[in-house]
Amino acid sequence: MARPEWKAALLASAIGALTLAAQAEEHYGIGRAATPEEIAGWNIDIGRDGSNLPSGSGSVERGRVVFSEQCATCHGADGQGGLGDRLAGGQGTLASLKPIRTVGSYWPYASTLFDYIRRAMPQNAPQSLSNEDVYAVSAYILNLNGVVPADAVLDAKTLAAIRMPNRDGFVTDPRPDVHNH
Amino acid sequence: MGEQTTDKGMREASRRRFLQAGTALVGGSAVAGLGGAAALAESGSNLPPNVPEWMKAPGDPMGSQPYGTPSVYEKGIVKNISKTLPQYISASGRTPLQELDGIITPNGLFYERHHGGVPTIDPAQHRLMLHGMVDRPLVFSMDDIRRFPSQSRIHFIECSGNPVYTKPYGKTASDLVGLVSCAEWTGVPLKTVLNEAGLQQGARWIVAEGADAAALTRSIPIEKCLDDAMLVYSQNGERLRPQQGYPLRLLLPGFEGNMNVKWLRRLKVVAEPAYSREETSKYTDLMPDGTSREFTFYMEAKSIITRPSGGQKLAEPGFHEITGLAWSGRGKIARVEVSVDDGKTWQDAQLQEPVLTRALTRFRFPWHWDGKPAVVQSRAVDETGYVQPTLAELLAVRGPNHFYHNNAIWPWRIDANGEVTNGQA
Repeated sequence: MARPEWKAALLASAIGALTLAAQAEEHYGIGRAATPEEIAGWNIDIGRDGSNLPSGSGSVERGRVVFSEQCATCHGADGQGGLGDRLAGGQGTLASLKPIRTVGSYWPYASTLFDYIRRAMPQNAPQSLSNEDVYAVSAYILNLNGVVPADAVLDAKTLAAIRMPNRDGFVTDPRPDVHNH
Repeated sequence: MGEQTTDKGMREASRRRFLQAGTALVGGSAVAGLGGAAALAESGSNLPPNVPEWMKAPGDPMGSQPYGTPSVYEKGIVKNISKTLPQYISASGRTPLQELDGIITPNGLFYERHHGGVPTIDPAQHRLMLHGMVDRPLVFSMDDIRRFPSQSRIHFIECSGNPVYTKPYGKTASDLVGLVSCAEWTGVPLKTVLNEAGLQQGARWIVAEGADAAALTRSIPIEKCLDDAMLVYSQNGERLRPQQGYPLRLLLPGFEGNMNVKWLRRLKVVAEPAYSREETSKYTDLMPDGTSREFTFYMEAKSIITRPSGGQKLAEPGFHEITGLAWSGRGKIARVEVSVDDGKTWQDAQLQEPVLTRALTRFRFPWHWDGKPAVVQSRAVDETGYVQPTLAELLAVRGPNHFYHNNAIWPWRIDANGEVTNGQA
């Protein structure tokens, strides 16, 4: 992600100019103020640093129960996959000819796991799990991958502290990288 | 006896026409639906010197179709949707590129990709929330959005997985690259709406979220948001179709399809990306060394010959127009070259005006087929000077585990019978 200093400076000045240009445009007085309550209800994004994680907690043990009830039909009892993505295993395979991309082998941030389960899972009833159960299912899936121990209890602090195995596996777009000869 | 022979000959000719048009599947049902008229057509009584049946009685009255649909003879021209997908909630359907002319995709045939099904949204109850690093967090109704100064522009949208790198490769142009479509979009420039809220210092990204069951979330660099990004409510003159994000979607010309967030309900201005599931676990690409590319926004220059293309047949030697589509996420198409000799030589194709930035561009190349086996292919060059690469060149750099952003040249093989098949298969 690191950029050369001059590039960052150039980018900053370009954004500054664009921002000024945007601000020079007329205001139309369209729309109304969003209230803090409205924003709080919709703003469920979790930062990669764990920012905006809600209160509450969940254990691997509780997660095993919720997973079997809500997730196993599509993802398999042990996260081996089925109709839904495989969730566990695959560490050490990414450079092989048969890479297995799972939460444990591929996902760079545990916070994304919480975020995604809460906003989109289970597929037939998204946003139906309590925050406690989202913590618990996250803990269970991370335990299936050996990222947290079987007695782990996740909350905002402990989840934010997790370092995923593939945390440093991503690089920025170098294209155009292929040239027609 | 003579009449029977003629009838049989006409039926055979009719059957061939359906096959040539690539509508064999539908031919049967369309004819069945027409009953007697079809039988007459096949008997030849509608052909010169006779007066055709449809001139001898009034046609359907005004109002028979309050919302018009294509001719019954075009019923087979539909989205190309695999019948063997494991599930259809997170899935895609392709545009039948080889059946279309020009550069505008009809709304009903625009490709679809959704991650949590297609929601049915009441526009009166839809809101766009704009918050985060802004001076004034705002909520907009659809009426509000439509009050802003509007703009219409023609752009393509393309799924980043169009096609994948690995076999089996598709049979038709649609199977291969049918996850691209092009429309005239109407809405408001995103920067106009951002200006209402006032961006704060340090704003670098905007996280866009859809109001679908996936609450699909992608992070957009602020440069794009202040450049040509739009909030779109209409497509080809009518309100967006539900499959395209009704009542509101984001349009990021040239960026991979999933970032053009549909059913848009929230924009959050932030200092760093959300690192959402769709920009970490998905829409990232493994390299041979096990690292992965992330935030690969632009769709690079690509082209495809749509006629003749896989599944079609050249009826006889002689004149055949080669035509196809070219596009680049980085700007205008500068040139398209066509080869009819398996890549040995290349010649410039004609570009149909208008040639628009980040829009499909139609190209044409007049060709006399000598009846011998041939391999035809096209190669696009965009205004940055970038030349569409071969599949081998892409694989040599990116390796076999790459999934998205395949913009390879695609050859079609024509055999001595005129049958067209995938040249990489």
